Amino acid sequence: MSYRSTHAYFINHQTPTTMFDIERWQEIFDTIRKNKLRTFLTGLSVASGIFILVILLGFGQGMQNGIEKEFKQDATTSIWAWPETTSKAYKGLNPGRRIRFKNNDFEMAGRLFKEEIEYESPRVFVRDVNINYGNEALVYSIQGVSSEFQFIEGFSTVEGRFINYKDEISLGKVAIVGKKIKQDVFNKVDTPIGEIIDISGIRFTIIGVFKEQNEREEERIYIPLTTAQRVFNGDDKLNTLSYTLPPVENFEQAVAQAVSFKDNLRNYLKEEHVVAPEDDSGVQVWSAMEEAKRYYGITGNMKIFFWFVGVCTIIAGVVGVSNIMLIVVKERTREIGIRKALGAKPWSIVGMILHESIFVTAISGFTGLIFSMTLLEVVGPHVKIDYIVNPSVNFNVAFSTVMVLILAGTLAGFVPAWRAAKVQVVESLRDE
Amino acid sequence: MIEIKDLHKSYKMGSNSLHVLKGINFTAEEGELVAIMGSSGSGKSTLLNILGMLDGANSGEYNLDGVPIKDLTETKAAQYRNKFLGFIFQSFNLINYKSALENVALPLYYQKVGRKERQVKAMSYLERVGLKEWAEHLPSELSGGQKQRVAIARAMAAEPKVLLADEPTGALDSTTSYEVMDLIQKINDEGNTILVVTHEEDIAHMCKRIVHLKDGVIVEDKKIDQVRAEQYV
Repeated sequence: MSYRSTHAYFINHQTPTTMFDIERWQEIFDTIRKNKLRTFLTGLSVASGIFILVILLGFGQGMQNGIEKEFKQDATTSIWAWPETTSKAYKGLNPGRRIRFKNNDFEMAGRLFKEEIEYESPRVFVRDVNINYGNEALVYSIQGVSSEFQFIEGFSTVEGRFINYKDEISLGKVAIVGKKIKQDVFNKVDTPIGEIIDISGIRFTIIGVFKEQNEREEERIYIPLTTAQRVFNGDDKLNTLSYTLPPVENFEQAVAQAVSFKDNLRNYLKEEHVVAPEDDSGVQVWSAMEEAKRYYGITGNMKIFFWFVGVCTIIAGVVGVSNIMLIVVKERTREIGIRKALGAKPWSIVGMILHESIFVTAISGFTGLIFSMTLLEVVGPHVKIDYIVNPSVNFNVAFSTVMVLILAGTLAGFVPAWRAAKVQVVESLRDE
Repeated sequence: MIEIKDLHKSYKMGSNSLHVLKGINFTAEEGELVAIMGSSGSGKSTLLNILGMLDGANSGEYNLDGVPIKDLTETKAAQYRNKFLGFIFQSFNLINYKSALENVALPLYYQKVGRKERQVKAMSYLERVGLKEWAEHLPSELSGGQKQRVAIARAMAAEPKVLLADEPTGALDSTTSYEVMDLIQKINDEGNTILVVTHEEDIAHMCKRIVHLKDGVIVEDKKIDQVRAEQYV
C-alpha cells in the first residue's frame, strides 16, 4: 500500500473501513489481547446475564407446562347426565318424584344431538351380586357400559381389548378389569386374560385390563351394558348417560360448545321426564369442560404472569448489558480522544469500539446461550419438581433475546462513543 | 507554512457570547520553532484548537502549507490532522495498553500503512528518540521523560508538516524538561516546524521566537536568541 505520494491529502479517500478490514480486525484482536481482564469481565457479565435469562425463561416455560399438565388430566371434554329427584311440582306431578333414565332416553338423545356428539355411552351399575374368582370373593363394583365408554372415561386398555359391539349384541359374558385388580387378585397368573370370574353364578371371561390415572378407578369391572341389563338388572334402566364432544380449535369454543350441549341435553331430558324447567334438581348434567374453564383461567393468568416475568428479565438483561457497554466506552473516552488527535475519523473510532463490543458481546452472548440451552436440554427432562415439567426454551426466542441484548448493548455503547468522538480533543486530553 | 489572518473566535454562553480570539494575525515559516505564551484565559488553547483543526474559527483565514483550512467536515479534519499535524501533550496521552512501539505506530495505522511497514517505521522513530530498547514496554513501565519521548516519536511518525506541542514539559521536572526540549530542538534543527504552547519562561526561551497572547490578541511577537537545552542536560 502506498501511503506516501505527492498528493498526500487524498490518500485516505479510497479506504473504506468495513467489517472485513483485516487491519481493523487485527487492531481489535490486539485490543482484546491487551485487555484480557476487561474483555473477560465484559464477556462474563454478558454470558452470565444471558445464561440466567435463558434459565429463567426455561423455568417459566417449565412451570407453565407443569400447571397445564396438572389441570389437563381433569380437563377432558366429557359430559355426564344422571337422574335425581324433583323438587318442584309440575303438571300435576308431586315434588320428590324419582326420575329414571331408560335406554330410550339414551337413544333419543343420541339421535337428537347426533351432530354434536363425538362418543356416547350409557352406564348401568350392577348391584347386589357376588363376585368370585376361584375360592376368592371379590369386592369390586361392576358397571355395564358400551364400547365407546373407554374414550369417554379416557383410560387405556393395557392388555387384551375393551368391550366391542359384538359383545354388546351377543350379550357376551366378558369382563375387563382394572390394573389394580390385576395386581391384587390375578397376581398368581401371568395375565388375567382368559381367567374366569363368577358373578352371581354366571361365568365371565376376562378379556382385557385397563389403566386409569386414578388408582381407585382401577378397582372396577366393566361388562357389556346389554349383558348387565338383561342378565342382572332385568330392565332397561340407566344410571348415567355420558358423552364427549368433538375437538375444536380453541378452548373458548370448546367451553361454549360444552355449555350449549349441556343445556340442550338437560332441557331435553327435563321435558321428556316432565320436570319443571325451573327445577334444577330433577336432572343433573355435569361438564368437565366448565370445570376446566376455571383452571384454564388460572393458566391464562399464569401465562400473562410468565410473559411479564420474561419481559422484566429481558429488560433487566438489556439494562445490564447496556450498563456494561456504557462503562467500557466511558473507560475508553481518553483513548478515543488520543486516536482522534492522531487522525482517526469519528466514524472509524465509533465503528472500531462498537465492532469490538459487538464481537465480544456476541461471542460471550452465544456462549451463554449454548451453555444454558445445553443445560436445559440435558437437565430439563429430569427435573422432578411439582408443577415444573420439562423446562425448555424455544431456540428462536432465546436467539432473538440474545440479538436484542446485543442490539441494546450496541445502542447503549453508541451514544457515549459518538459523544466521545465528537468531543474537543485538546480540552479533553489536557489534564489527567 | 502557517498563515493566519484576522482570526476571530467566540463561544456562545447562553445569551452572552465570549469573544476569545479577537483578530489574530500570525505567520510561521517552515523550520520555525515558536513558543506561544499567555496566561490562562488568554486564548492560547483556543488558538491551538483551531491550529489543530479541532475547532473552527468564526472568521478569518487559516492556511496550512498553502491549503486553506476552512469549513472542514469531521472526516476531512481527521484526514488533514493525520497528514499535517503531530500532537504532543502535557500528559503524554499514550494508550496505556499498547507498547511504546505500538503507540508510535498508531498514526500510521490511520494512514493505512501496512502492519509490517508500521513496525519498521515506528522502530526507526523510537530509535531517534533513544528508546529502541524500550520498544516493547508499556507506558506504565516508562518514566515521564521517556513517555514524552515516545509521544514525540509518535507525533513524528506520521511525518507531519507541523508539530503542535501543548505544554510538553508541564508534567516534567526541570532536568527532564530540558531533555525533552533538547529533543524538540534537534527535531527542529532537521527543519521541522514546531509550535510550543507554554507558560514557562525558560522553556519559551529555548524556542527561536516567542508569541505573547493576552485577552485574545497577540501583544508581543519577537525573535529571540535560542537557548540550547543541551547545556543543561
